[in-house]
Amino acid sequence: MAITEVASAKTAPTSAPHVVLGQKTAKKKRALGIGGYLLRIGLAVLFLFPILFMFVSSLKPDQQIFGDLSSIAAFLPIGNISMDNYSAVFDRVPAARFLVNSIGISTITVVAGILVNSLAAFALSRMRVRGKTVILTLIIATLIVPFETLALPLVWWVNQLPSFELTELGFMFSKGWIDTYQVQIIPFVANAFSIYLFHQYFESIPKELDEAARMDGAGWFRIYRQVVMPLSGPAIATVAILTFLPAWNSYLWPLMVVQTEELRPVMVGVQYFFQLNVSWGEVMAYSTLITLPVVALFIAFQRSFVNSIASSGVKG
Amino acid sequence: MTSTIERPPAAPVAGPARHTRPKRDRTSKTENLAGLAMLTPAVLLLALFIFVPAILAFGLAFTNARLISPYPATFVGLDNFVRLFADAAFFRALINVGYFALVVVPLQAGLALVMAILVNKKVKGTTFFRTVYFLPVVTSMVVVSLLWLFMYRQDGLINVIIDRVTLGLVTGPDWLNDTTTSMPAIILMSVWQGVGFHMIIWLSGLQTIPADLYEAADLDGVSPWQRFRYITWPGLSATRSLILVTITIQALSLFTQISVMTQGGPLNSTTTVVYEAVESGFAQQETGYASAISLVFFVIVLLISVVQRFLSREKA
Repeated sequence: MAITEVASAKTAPTSAPHVVLGQKTAKKKRALGIGGYLLRIGLAVLFLFPILFMFVSSLKPDQQIFGDLSSIAAFLPIGNISMDNYSAVFDRVPAARFLVNSIGISTITVVAGILVNSLAAFALSRMRVRGKTVILTLIIATLIVPFETLALPLVWWVNQLPSFELTELGFMFSKGWIDTYQVQIIPFVANAFSIYLFHQYFESIPKELDEAARMDGAGWFRIYRQVVMPLSGPAIATVAILTFLPAWNSYLWPLMVVQTEELRPVMVGVQYFFQLNVSWGEVMAYSTLITLPVVALFIAFQRSFVNSIASSGVKG
Repeated sequence: MTSTIERPPAAPVAGPARHTRPKRDRTSKTENLAGLAMLTPAVLLLALFIFVPAILAFGLAFTNARLISPYPATFVGLDNFVRLFADAAFFRALINVGYFALVVVPLQAGLALVMAILVNKKVKGTTFFRTVYFLPVVTSMVVVSLLWLFMYRQDGLINVIIDRVTLGLVTGPDWLNDTTTSMPAIILMSVWQGVGFHMIIWLSGLQTIPADLYEAADLDGVSPWQRFRYITWPGLSATRSLILVTITIQALSLFTQISVMTQGGPLNSTTTVVYEAVESGFAQQETGYASAISLVFFVIVLLISVVQRFLSREKA
């Protein structure tokens, strides 16, 4: 409404000084364009340089990191460059084990999350299920509960859950999920935000497609697998990203529920660097090591990464 | 069958309907069951890991439950809350979190909007700028905290840059060890890390604004400010409330930065509600007391999001 007001108010009296105005705005526009560019570059420097600093410092001995601070050399891989910090990292921490753990935990969480949440969203979006509005409302309601408020009761709760493991004697039941892989995966599979995103996306896929498939005798699961999911690439990508990042980056949760070294994920490993003597070169090397997989994935899928969040992030 | 006979009013129109109704009932029954089956995994997991801990938080807050204890938890009434409201560190945490949220919410939302507008224009390098601005988001908060912990040192990169830029006139503070600068330092770093994510959400909102509105405005020689004020801003109302709520909840849940960088210090100047909860619930294993903190925190988050929703609804 406001737009049309501006538009009609402006169109009426312009005709005469139109040319002059056009030139002026063109000049102004160019100045704005240059200013905008400088702003973009300035911001890029601000976001990029600390990360560059981390990477470059990981290649230098501590003494040189501090020596280089006062010049541009802080951001350049020059001087005494080596991979020494990296080999020191593997001596100090079981870094390979932590990486494998994190890759496994994140991958399973992502795959299971896509399956479980899309199935639920499919039923809520396309099928007649009794009480589905109530279910959807309850699921959406969980969005306002920050994980941090649940974390402590949840630690107590997972400690009460039955767990069974395979031993030489067969299946053994024991109490408590503390110190397992499953405690790092299963609580994070179902996710209200993922269900919401899938639901929003499924609503945009024409329901006539289901009907046509049903005419051909397809069951619901086949419609899900062969009609709806193949059309949902962007939604799947978004959910994959939004599940992977917190799974890879999780810190508070494994800190509390995992005590055995062999089961720890990468983020908890940072604690090892502040025992005994701190070597900042090693800290930066470990930081680079656990960031690189995510950044590589991000850059490889950069286009779908940013665009899919942008396109399917909010529609309501 | 009998029911259709007993209902005469349906007879005139129900020629074909009478024939199909039993069949429809059967399909909707199987549809209902299939739908419930598809919903079960997600609903079960959400119930186990969100609803149960939420209810537990209520229950445990009134007990003396400990994480690992040979004795069963006993009911202690309001003891935990009495202790909580007499705890100076808890009040300090509330004030700190409030301060953090009051600065971070407008700062991060505003900067993210400016960045979204900058990368929404189709100029050369837009993809590059989007990628770079998003880079800190894919970098885990743990890594970012380590990196800035290093940069914030008295002899760290930031103070060296301050010294160079002011030609030695200004000596930077010992950021994280000074009660007046510790919180601002955490704020700056948190905005740096999180702003890219909210840029993407703003961007998704910007892309829902029809391009012809801008074209019409351009024809009328509208100033950039008017474009923003009368087209962009009204077009973003839905995105705005989403961003406000997500940044607020994220800000109130401040934990990782504190745990890695300051452990609440110096002199509790950076302690937060979640940090206090984790300290008592995990380090001291007092689940009951931690649940009480979580419960109070949850009520605060709930109140704030209800108020925010109410305010943004009135404006729209």
